Amino acid sequence: MNLVLHVWRQKNNSEKGKMVRYEAQDINPHMSFLEMLDVVNERLIQKGEDPVAFDHDCREGICGACSLTINGRPHGPERGTTVCQLHMRHFKDGEEIYIEPWRAKAFPVIKDLVVARQAFDRIIQSGGFVSVKTGSAQDANTILIGKDTADKAMDAAACIGCGACVAACPNASAMLFVAAKVSHLALMPQGQVEKQKRVLNMVRTMDNENFGNCTNHYECEAACPKEISVDFIAQMNREYLHASINEKR
Amino acid sequence: MKLDARIPAGPLAEKWDKRRFDAKLVNPANKRKYKIIVVGTGLAGASAAATLAEQGFAVESFCYQDSPRRAHSIAAQGGINAAKNYPNDGDSVQRLFYDTVKGGDFRSREANVYRLAQISSSIIDQCVAQGVPFAREYAGYLDNRSFGGAQVSRTFYARGQTGQQLLLGAYQALERQIGLGTVKMFPRTEMLDLVLVDGAAKGITVRDMVTGQISSYAGDAVVLATGGYGNVFYLSTNAKGCNATAIWRAYKKGAGFANPCYTQIHPTCIPVSGDYQSKLTLMSESLRNDGRVWASKLKNDKRPPEAIPEAERDYFLERKYPSYGNLAPRDISSRAAKEACDDGRGAGEAGLGVYLDFADAIKRLGEKTIREKYGNLFHMYAKITGEDPYKSPMRIYPAVHYTMGGLWVDYDLMSTVPGLFVLGEANFSDHGANRLGASALMQGLADGYFILPATIADYLARLKPGAVKTDHAEFRKAETQTGDLVKKMLSINGKRTVDDFHRELGKIMWNDCGMARSEASLKHALQKIPEIRAEFWKNVKVAGANEELNQSLEKAGRVADFLEFGELLVRDALERRESCGGHFRVEYQTEEGEARRDDENFCHSAVWEYQGEGKTPVRHQEPLIYENVHLAARSYK
Repeated sequence: MNLVLHVWRQKNNSEKGKMVRYEAQDINPHMSFLEMLDVVNERLIQKGEDPVAFDHDCREGICGACSLTINGRPHGPERGTTVCQLHMRHFKDGEEIYIEPWRAKAFPVIKDLVVARQAFDRIIQSGGFVSVKTGSAQDANTILIGKDTADKAMDAAACIGCGACVAACPNASAMLFVAAKVSHLALMPQGQVEKQKRVLNMVRTMDNENFGNCTNHYECEAACPKEISVDFIAQMNREYLHASINEKR
Repeated sequence: MKLDARIPAGPLAEKWDKRRFDAKLVNPANKRKYKIIVVGTGLAGASAAATLAEQGFAVESFCYQDSPRRAHSIAAQGGINAAKNYPNDGDSVQRLFYDTVKGGDFRSREANVYRLAQISSSIIDQCVAQGVPFAREYAGYLDNRSFGGAQVSRTFYARGQTGQQLLLGAYQALERQIGLGTVKMFPRTEMLDLVLVDGAAKGITVRDMVTGQISSYAGDAVVLATGGYGNVFYLSTNAKGCNATAIWRAYKKGAGFANPCYTQIHPTCIPVSGDYQSKLTLMSESLRNDGRVWASKLKNDKRPPEAIPEAERDYFLERKYPSYGNLAPRDISSRAAKEACDDGRGAGEAGLGVYLDFADAIKRLGEKTIREKYGNLFHMYAKITGEDPYKSPMRIYPAVHYTMGGLWVDYDLMSTVPGLFVLGEANFSDHGANRLGASALMQGLADGYFILPATIADYLARLKPGAVKTDHAEFRKAETQTGDLVKKMLSINGKRTVDDFHRELGKIMWNDCGMARSEASLKHALQKIPEIRAEFWKNVKVAGANEELNQSLEKAGRVADFLEFGELLVRDALERRESCGGHFRVEYQTEEGEARRDDENFCHSAVWEYQGEGKTPVRHQEPLIYENVHLAARSYK
């Protein structure tokens, strides 16, 4: 198949970027989207041009590195799928495809399609953990967790930290990301002791990192490659309310 | 090169206690004066960095990804072993130890493996306390499943994302320490050289992958947890960025490299579909709990699997290994699949595939149960192939997955370079010639949470902290050499891309040194690899400049190292004139086509010592002494 790509090119953080048109010919429909870009890049290098920079690593949908907005949708048109797991068979021959980086103030562009997502790490630093030193734990089966609770916590914990939720949100809010971690730990007995401090600190850090607020568009859930539910945002709001009332007391 | 494994004397079960008791300690008030450099943030690196910082050491942590959470441990699917014996099915430390030694085809160190089995239970305790959402039974207790090479259920799991959840646990512990200021984190920073001062590891030289700046960091000890070298085959289940650069450069600075020929080919991966393929995707071994592996009994059978009647199917693992059946170890299962395909009975257009069939399990347990157990794996399979595994069987084929070889380490996990410690897949220590499923996560976390934090103090306590700073001349030398290498790669401006060379190398490695190796094929590879390498340095085309984010340059450095390392791997395979585990030499097999070990001549680890550019490295031996297990021919029949 033959495609026309419009790709965001930006030399570095300080220079302005622009969309550049490339023709991608003889593309095999069984290729993944990133393999298609590999082919385009190989051809660019051969021509002596600068290849398109994009983040990627595991290429099996779990590391969360890949981060392309395709035709305006983070991770492209397929639901519950990262770009690395998106295959060209979902596109039509002759289609024009627009490829952009995550767009959010909190995720500055480093080069082309590569953005900095350290803000997510800083949010985790502020409370996304259980403070247990290595060696302090008791026997694992002394903590009983019902299967339903464990399953629900796992649903939240499945977040891969890719940032598609932020990129999809008209406010560039990180609520789904933060809610997933807050809920995962708040659901489990291990997370109880620190749960109030955790939610307050994580939400404050999120606010300080230039993420926007949630106005219930639910675009985050639609874009999430792990299909994490916005119900967890409700859970976080409840945890936050509870914690902030207690804090004032 | 002196190879003293420093295994404590005394009975097997008491060695680890004895080692910990004999080790020198660092006074808690002095710990912050010692700086430890940890490279890599997978299970081993992240758990080590977090734990060392908890103890009070000053830690600097480096990774090439944009966040430590993305290290490739995250992709491990199936589970983690531990000798908890919760199912009460006869498991014990002794049994986990024995299964692991046997699974490794009697080519690992008894003392190390026994310690691993002893620590396994504490790992589960630690991870549960961190909030890792392991699978539970309805009553709230932890659930277990079975994995290859074991007849007990000792594998703990979190859906098909066990590696992800364990890594996030370690990552969160690490982030907590970063927040407390005890760990300084350097993401998007690639280690390009190890710096030795007076023969001891005192720091690293790195390249900032955003600005291209080359600089150095000094410490009292250096810890490499940089993963395996599977990408030397180009196509593997590793992440695209996985590389051998850190361990290779350490080897060139004097660290012994042990058993590079031990590579694991995983039986259940999605088959290659074309030349453009950039990586291979694993389908977890846990699927073999319920999936049945088969091939057609007829040659060149082009019928779709549904049209092949039961009587014309060969469930070859169940036929050949009735007592382990579909849960035979990886090396054995891979070779059996290859045999069926070599016999012309493979599935798919190219005939390189066998079926992994869930029809019976779905009939027995219902689609809902199967979806609950393996939903994300089925989903992934459907995404990649466009086929629905609930309706028709998966097609699978073996692929390079894990590398058991690595830098040689003693019982304390220290390499032959004083002060250089090596953890996880990057070392060689516990899996012998074949790793059992769900044991990589166990080893990475044992090394990082429990072993290194207990052994490194013994080394540090003998040093004056902070004696070497980056103003030492050795750092300038390393920076200049690294900078020159980068300049050289950028200046060649030839005709072929880096990937093109990598693919060529990968083909040679897979064809000549893959699932079956012969003297002739290995000699062919030994002749070809230097030719490719020579052409690389004359004809490679690397785009862009150093002073920017340059993925083409990053790849070039890694491939340049693979082009050197590949040769060592092949040389090791040639010198090991026996078959064992993942290393199968066609000259050494039984009449039934099973691996034939030669315990008389090869019951040792081969450790390679670098001799300088263009010189043949020297092969040393560390004899493997079995005092507690009987060296037996491995049988899974």
